[in-house]
Amino acid sequence: MSEFLHMGGYAAYVWSSYGIALVVLVANLIAPMTAHRKLLTQLARRDQRARRMKR
Amino acid sequence: MKPATLPQAFAILLRRDLTLAYRRRSEMINPLLFFVLVTAMFPLGIGADPALLRDIGPGIIWVAALLASLLSLETVFRSDFDDGSLEQLLLSPHPLSILMIAKVLAHWLVTGLPLLIVAPLLSVLLNLSHEAMRTLLITLALGTPVLSLIGAIGVALTVGLRKGGTILSLLVLPLYVPVLIFAASAVANSDAGLPVSAHLSLLAALLVLATSLSPAATAASLRISMS
Amino acid sequence: MIHFFHQLASPKHFYRISGKWIPWLGLACLGFMLAGLYEGLLVAPTDYQQGDSYRIMFIHVPAAWMSLFIYVVMAGAGVIGLVWRIKLAEVMAISSAHIGASFTFLALITGSIWGKPMWGAWWVWDARLTSELILLFLYLGVIALYNAVEDRRTAARATSILALVGVVNIPIIHYSVEWWNTLHQGPTVTKFDAPSIDMRMLIPLLLMAVAFKLFYATVVLMRARVEVLQRERNTGWVHELVSKYE
Repeated sequence: MSEFLHMGGYAAYVWSSYGIALVVLVANLIAPMTAHRKLLTQLARRDQRARRMKR
Repeated sequence: MKPATLPQAFAILLRRDLTLAYRRRSEMINPLLFFVLVTAMFPLGIGADPALLRDIGPGIIWVAALLASLLSLETVFRSDFDDGSLEQLLLSPHPLSILMIAKVLAHWLVTGLPLLIVAPLLSVLLNLSHEAMRTLLITLALGTPVLSLIGAIGVALTVGLRKGGTILSLLVLPLYVPVLIFAASAVANSDAGLPVSAHLSLLAALLVLATSLSPAATAASLRISMS
Repeated sequence: MIHFFHQLASPKHFYRISGKWIPWLGLACLGFMLAGLYEGLLVAPTDYQQGDSYRIMFIHVPAAWMSLFIYVVMAGAGVIGLVWRIKLAEVMAISSAHIGASFTFLALITGSIWGKPMWGAWWVWDARLTSELILLFLYLGVIALYNAVEDRRTAARATSILALVGVVNIPIIHYSVEWWNTLHQGPTVTKFDAPSIDMRMLIPLLLMAVAFKLFYATVVLMRARVEVLQRERNTGWVHELVSKYE
């Protein structure tokens, strides 16, 4: 196990690369999810306001 | 009065742009001064060792040429956009891409050609050999039109934007890289006494490619920007 | 079948259908990624020259492939949007831009990190890395232009032209950078792709490549749905959708 983590002495390089990859991928996943939620909330609020105006 | 034929329209547009540029010639000189200034900055920044300057001279002059070209690009459509004549141009019955060639030609005559005139001075400042200077002039003659042609696409895309100038460099500089590489290495090779026919042929090929494709792209971009 | 594609081009149907696909694509992506990581980190043998540092390749190379692939898709979608005025194509084009830029960035960073133990420097002007750097600028240009134009449709059309000009230039830039690199060639040779690669190293590479493609598919649909919602926010079906959301 420790040999696996050690990566023949290159641990810092290998794991930082994979770590950065993880961050990049997760960021790309989360960004549209949050944007989606935000947009839906925004549109819902807008529609609510419009309905209130009509009354 | 008969409507103008395409060659007539081309000539009229060319003459108009040249006349307008002549009336603003103090403005037009700025990119040229920039070219000289930037080149002159380098010895001040890195030391005046003649061998070093001779080594990196080609690269410096060409990067300065790129930047000067970038600086002058705004003028291609700016004044026409501001006074509404750009819209009129789009309404012309003549193919817009041909008219674009006229505009880019006028732009190059006013901003690119002067670089060629000043280049010998800069070669002397950076201690380039006579061979290198000759090649420099050829590369500038072949390369600066390509810069104008490619740059025109960038300007066409950004002419309607409020802060178009800031992203213009981002859009255009990556596309300038091949010209820079072939031109600078041609001059460097020439300085070392090596053959440059390959470089010059490639530059000529880029010129042909740019001349055939960029007017259409510029025209399309203009229509989109002004829509 | 034609009817299916026809339906797909309609934003409303696209939104609904893509919503169904996303979980499956995501699952497939996860599967391939776990398999690729397992093969790449545990099964593949240690390289006799580079030790274990070569394992960065399983991230770096697929990321570089994706950076190019996505640019071509972006340009292609842009052309379709420009020529046939299909809104969905425009949406796909701009949705791809950020993802492509991310992969380019990833390729550059992992390339740089990989280069440190190999060549002793954090950055070398290797032909491939330099081309990737210029590609990143091309992506950033597309994103910047899109954000600078106010009307979305005009923005999409302008960036389509830019992407098209970029895609024509990419082979030229790549060739010129490679040539430039041979002029100033150092004594080192790039080890970014070995002439004959061990099968046990090839498998994780391909698994990761597929995983990244599936990732792109998942995320581009997610982004595209948001973009579609934004563009269609004043239509009936969106109002209906939003009312159900509350």
